[in-house]
Amino acid sequence: MSIAAPAAIAANRFGLGARPGELERIGSAGADWLRAQLRGGPPLLAADELQEAAQTLREALALRRELQAERRAAADVAAAQQRLGAFLRPIYAAEATARLRAAVGSERPFLERLVHFWSNHFAVSVDKQLLAGLAGGFEREAIRPHLLGPFRELLRAVEMHPAMLLYLDNHLSVGPHSPAALRRERRDPAHRVGLNENLAREILELHTLGVGGGYTQNDVTRFAEVLTGWSIGGGEGRAAGEPGRFVFRAELHEPGARVVLNTRYADAGLGQGTAVLDDLARHPATAHFIATKLARHFIADEPPEPAVRRIAGVFTATEGDLRAVYGALLEAREAWAQPLAKYKTPADYVISAYRGLEIAPEAGKNPLAPFELLGQRTWQPGSPAGWPDRSADWDGASALLKRVQWAEALGARLGSSRAAATLAPQLLGANLGEASAHAIQHASSGAQAVTLLLASPEFMRR
Amino acid sequence: MENLPRRRFLHLALATSGLLATRLSFAGGPRGERRLVLVVLRGALDGLAAVPPYADPDYARVRGEAALAAPGGAQGALPLDGFFGLHPALGFLGRCYAARELTVLHALATPYRERSHFDGQDVLENGSPRPHALQSGWLNRALASLPAPGARATGVALGQNVPLVMRGPAEVASWSASRMAALDEETLQRITDLYASDTLLAGRFAEALSTQALAETMPAEAPGPPDYAARYAQVVRAAAGFLRQPAGPRVAVFDTTGWDTHANEGAAEGQLAGRLRALDGGLALLREELGPVWADTAVLLVTEFGRTAAVNGTRGTDHGTGAAAFLVGGAVAGGRVVADWPGLAPRALYEGRDLRPTLDLRAVLKGLLAEGLGVSPRALESDVFPDSTAARALPGLLRG
Repeated sequence: MSIAAPAAIAANRFGLGARPGELERIGSAGADWLRAQLRGGPPLLAADELQEAAQTLREALALRRELQAERRAAADVAAAQQRLGAFLRPIYAAEATARLRAAVGSERPFLERLVHFWSNHFAVSVDKQLLAGLAGGFEREAIRPHLLGPFRELLRAVEMHPAMLLYLDNHLSVGPHSPAALRRERRDPAHRVGLNENLAREILELHTLGVGGGYTQNDVTRFAEVLTGWSIGGGEGRAAGEPGRFVFRAELHEPGARVVLNTRYADAGLGQGTAVLDDLARHPATAHFIATKLARHFIADEPPEPAVRRIAGVFTATEGDLRAVYGALLEAREAWAQPLAKYKTPADYVISAYRGLEIAPEAGKNPLAPFELLGQRTWQPGSPAGWPDRSADWDGASALLKRVQWAEALGARLGSSRAAATLAPQLLGANLGEASAHAIQHASSGAQAVTLLLASPEFMRR
Repeated sequence: MENLPRRRFLHLALATSGLLATRLSFAGGPRGERRLVLVVLRGALDGLAAVPPYADPDYARVRGEAALAAPGGAQGALPLDGFFGLHPALGFLGRCYAARELTVLHALATPYRERSHFDGQDVLENGSPRPHALQSGWLNRALASLPAPGARATGVALGQNVPLVMRGPAEVASWSASRMAALDEETLQRITDLYASDTLLAGRFAEALSTQALAETMPAEAPGPPDYAARYAQVVRAAAGFLRQPAGPRVAVFDTTGWDTHANEGAAEGQLAGRLRALDGGLALLREELGPVWADTAVLLVTEFGRTAAVNGTRGTDHGTGAAAFLVGGAVAGGRVVADWPGLAPRALYEGRDLRPTLDLRAVLKGLLAEGLGVSPRALESDVFPDSTAARALPGLLRG
């Protein structure tokens, strides 16, 4: 392994792309540089223009009630609907811009990448309208504070966040024998209320055990019953709890003990659900699933099984201490063996370009546009599975052409204000091949040199 | 940045690589050659809502307030064969049925019997009985099995990246709308050189340029608001634009999302009705855009699995098993519903909750690939759909 290679891998694969001077500072101690980032507190993100998700949700629900009243009064329906969108859009833009600014400016880019990793693992998608106002708050409130573990606490924070409950419909789910359901049945037998198993299934399939993790349809249904009552305060006449925040509504909860994955959980109200979550967090299938996803993200599309086993082993031995898990990842020699093993996602590509070329994401200049253009609009993976993480999912011909077109437009914008020939070794280090270095050096203009740097095979990968 | 004149761009794209010349010769064929369009409805379409079996004695009970009325009733289903109807938002499909250009398939499923969207879609696309068993898709392997590369039917995926069903050994194109300027000629050449020793990027870049060159001959898309319907219309127009060209691809794939209706699904009106209306409108647009080529076209709409027979506690439906699919187009021998109906009585349901599948989707796919593209039975059994002998090709799907 050449001395510079670890720095280039550390900054580009584990970080979010080198900034000028970063590789030099890292020197030959790539793993140490990353380990140092794990020390200290979690990478919180706060700013004056960002408000709590609960606050946004309170305002959005109030606005929606107004709109419903207007609809009943046969007022201008279209204009009323647009108002909710107009309320949510600036919140989305402020949140996504703040996230981007943190990614581009961070001195702990490994942690920012991990924020993106977990936010994608526990994906919510803004194609559900209210989520446009909540996805950013969800990441700041549920993911960031628990980034350094334990996994159990991250899991609880995520599943109890109003954004997740809303996204996967759990606030609507009612125990078929709960007091509320029985009352409803007496009053209005034609309109049944009952379970929605969406959240329970996705917790098992996508958040913890993974799809082959050994659960059955029966486990999904029982777990959905356990989770009834996990809801959101305020809104639509159900008065319990603080508006916009998590609340456990005992009157919606399915009474009785439940067996999930062969374990019996006595009915302890809210505690029944947290007990299941805690057991899921320490389940061996969860350790393997999380280790596989981490290894796929940081080592290779088809991660080497020995590395996965070692990471999973640390996960299990430390009961999901995420600092230790990340440490195990850094110790995997497989992670340092193959430079450029991963094809960048569009978001990786844009962020690393912003970092490498020192472009500050400024509100007003629409810094989010390239994400949409290149096919990865922030917080819109379109499904609870999140964005995929293999080359074949991103290396389409049309997608490549768009990157190159964007690189050319960016080159034209920056002109010769960036010395790409000097930057190339600073950003790509030992990964920079002779052909690319030569092409960048002999570009016909400063703008073209920037384009060739961004279009180079080395910059397309990490 | 200077815009290249379109003609010059095309010329350059052809000249940049020797590979391009062959890539551009998209299976030019005689008139009357069949076109296939595959539309993947991601998220699991509720087949009992899209194709309600209103005459089934258990239907109204199982569906409760979400049940659609029989044809003729208020907001009733559109008539099909006296037993099944179509959701009232599917007006265009209803007219296709009357014109014998629509075959509805019901109670069908892939071999997948679990309820994960993502594994379900993987099986739907990889063509094997198991998720993640293959890294390529059945449609690509079908294209690859056709003789003589020069005469090979090529495929195009509408989208920036190629979905699994179209990945594999056969070269396929991907295309998505771009409002960006064409690349500078000299930069283009330098990037082509830069990728010379990178097999993946060299191939992808050449594909992109040849597809772009083909797309250059299509009318430019007016920039509009990127809402759901507009994006969908754009994809449909592009698909038609490719398929219309005599030297263009013969197979196109795109997908639509938003079918995962866990809550407040609606009935004759509502969330799902809105999606179905948009889908139906897109198909009407496709026919219009294809013009005379519609007569040679078969469009298959499939989803990963169906949804629960009963409505759940939140006026939606959860992940199920047996699904509905549509085969529509001028080439389709339509005007019928293909279903070995298992019924909706409690004991008839799969695992007590889902429509029981009685038809293997692969039987439909085999029939379609054999009749539409001339894929050989041998290829269908070995490479395209491994371990599928029990699923015999369904004959007579297309007009003779």
